[in-house]
Amino acid sequence: MAIVTSIKPAPGSSWGAVASSLLLAAAGVFAAGSAQAQLRVDISGVGATQYPIAIADFSGDAQGQAIAEVIRADLTRSGQFQMINATGANLDANSNIAYDDWRNKGADYLAYGSITQNGGQYSVSYRLVDSVGRSQMDGVAFNGSEKELRRISHQIADRIYEKITGVRGVFSTRIAYVLQTGNTYELQIADADGQNPQVMLRSKQSIISPAWSPDGKRLAYVSFELGKPVVYVQTLATGQRVPLANFKGNNSAPAWAPNGQQLALVLSRDGISQIYTIGANGSGLRRVMRSPLIDTEPQYTADGSSLVFTSDRGGNPQIYKVPVGGGDAQRLTFNGSYNISPALSPDGNKLVYVTRRDGAFRIALQDMGSGGEQLLTSGPDDESPSFAPNGMQILYSSVQGGRSVLSVISVDGRVRNTLSALNGKVREPTWGPFTN
Amino acid sequence: MSSRIAKTLTVAAFAASLAACSSVPLDESANNGSGSMGSGSASTGQVMDPFNPQSPLAQQRSVYFEFDSYTVPEQYRSLVEMHASYLSGHAQQKIRIEGNADARGGAEYNLALGQRRSDAVARMMTLLGVNSNQIEAISFGKERPRATGNTEADYAENRRADIVYQR
Repeated sequence: MAIVTSIKPAPGSSWGAVASSLLLAAAGVFAAGSAQAQLRVDISGVGATQYPIAIADFSGDAQGQAIAEVIRADLTRSGQFQMINATGANLDANSNIAYDDWRNKGADYLAYGSITQNGGQYSVSYRLVDSVGRSQMDGVAFNGSEKELRRISHQIADRIYEKITGVRGVFSTRIAYVLQTGNTYELQIADADGQNPQVMLRSKQSIISPAWSPDGKRLAYVSFELGKPVVYVQTLATGQRVPLANFKGNNSAPAWAPNGQQLALVLSRDGISQIYTIGANGSGLRRVMRSPLIDTEPQYTADGSSLVFTSDRGGNPQIYKVPVGGGDAQRLTFNGSYNISPALSPDGNKLVYVTRRDGAFRIALQDMGSGGEQLLTSGPDDESPSFAPNGMQILYSSVQGGRSVLSVISVDGRVRNTLSALNGKVREPTWGPFTN
Repeated sequence: MSSRIAKTLTVAAFAASLAACSSVPLDESANNGSGSMGSGSASTGQVMDPFNPQSPLAQQRSVYFEFDSYTVPEQYRSLVEMHASYLSGHAQQKIRIEGNADARGGAEYNLALGQRRSDAVARMMTLLGVNSNQIEAISFGKERPRATGNTEADYAENRRADIVYQR
């Protein structure tokens, strides 16, 4: 694991040129993951407020350039930063910073650092300074192996993002999704930027509805490998998987309670699809309510006391909320005749869902307080929305130019990225939790 | 790290072999569920064996539904009655009723819609006297479309429940 230690502000002395001669022409490229499909990132739109920042190549090792590139890409993708050119800066973690020069270039902020390697272990030191206030905002050292450098880069980007915006960064979190290539289905996990994909399960039958445990260590999902939908729970570190629900009929739509001890899911053992809760160890199955029609896609509220879910009890699919112990369901959506796949923001103040308007499936965002609705996307086939753990962005699947891709849009609708697979159909994405 | 990768790939291989072993009969005839066959066919000398490809029990086992409808159309009543009659006389025989939905919309909601279709066929069968322990109604939702296009005809082909006899 990467080790983090704080480092103090640089002393007044300057001996920054020492490491720069080690910078080689070959660009450092981090090792790719085990899965073949790499995702490509496209960005459109810019945020309302953009912080101008320069990220200098880290000095001391060829990998320093790759680290800076990952940090730049992360911050750029958020739409909240404007990258100021830092080519030729030649800074290391102990350099004296000419604040006025960076300020004159338009960079209110500057990040820079060093990387050294000793016996396959890398040491990465980074600093963030405010060139207007002429002060250090952050300084940290990390240790890790070569394959951990990408994660360390994301963690540095997270620190920069939080120091400047005041909101926790999500660049070191992960996403899960299903990649369909021909008749092969792969449950994959990738970094939040779509890189470093790992295959968790490969099957000739469909896989849907992956759901992260709150600690990010397990995934629940629905696999059709037994010729019908069965809910499994897989531990990511070991690959061990167990069927959680294999009752008569369908078993689907798993969702973890915030405490990680319980899941909500949907069974058809008593006829049509109804919502149940079950212990993470498979014990204590309990039906939440009795509905005359479909209840599905349960999601716990952040306090674990209630479920939001999809039901067509009113004649067409709408989103409702019910106490997890059962009781009267309260309807939440009223616009349009098809609203499905609810997800709540981490603070519980916003509801995102899929809505069908004029034949197009679009992502909608509703304020839980005012009830006001905003259509974030235009379709035609946007599905499976989930919030980033900091609540600032929404991950969903979409079809662009006949290709199915993963997309990320900011909650204000201003910035959209496409994480584009080179081949195959990407679907059922879900954003994982904070894990450190 | 390398051991973790090895384990996950083992999991993948295990899943693939599981999938290969599960036997889900494919429907060899897509459009024979016209419902034109009368319930009296058993008495007209036809072979009533769900595992004989020449038998109407093998040939006529798809119920098609109208758009946004989850009740068995009247024209398929005789087809369901034929299967119910056979199952009532063969109490050890089990079936799966596999509901499907067209490709538009969410995976989970379509799974639930397909389930409404398979459940409608199952309830009709139990009303006709079949023991509910012989029937498992499930759904593939939009995961196994028989027609993969985007025309109204393709969508109609996938609004379907199939009766599958278990060996």
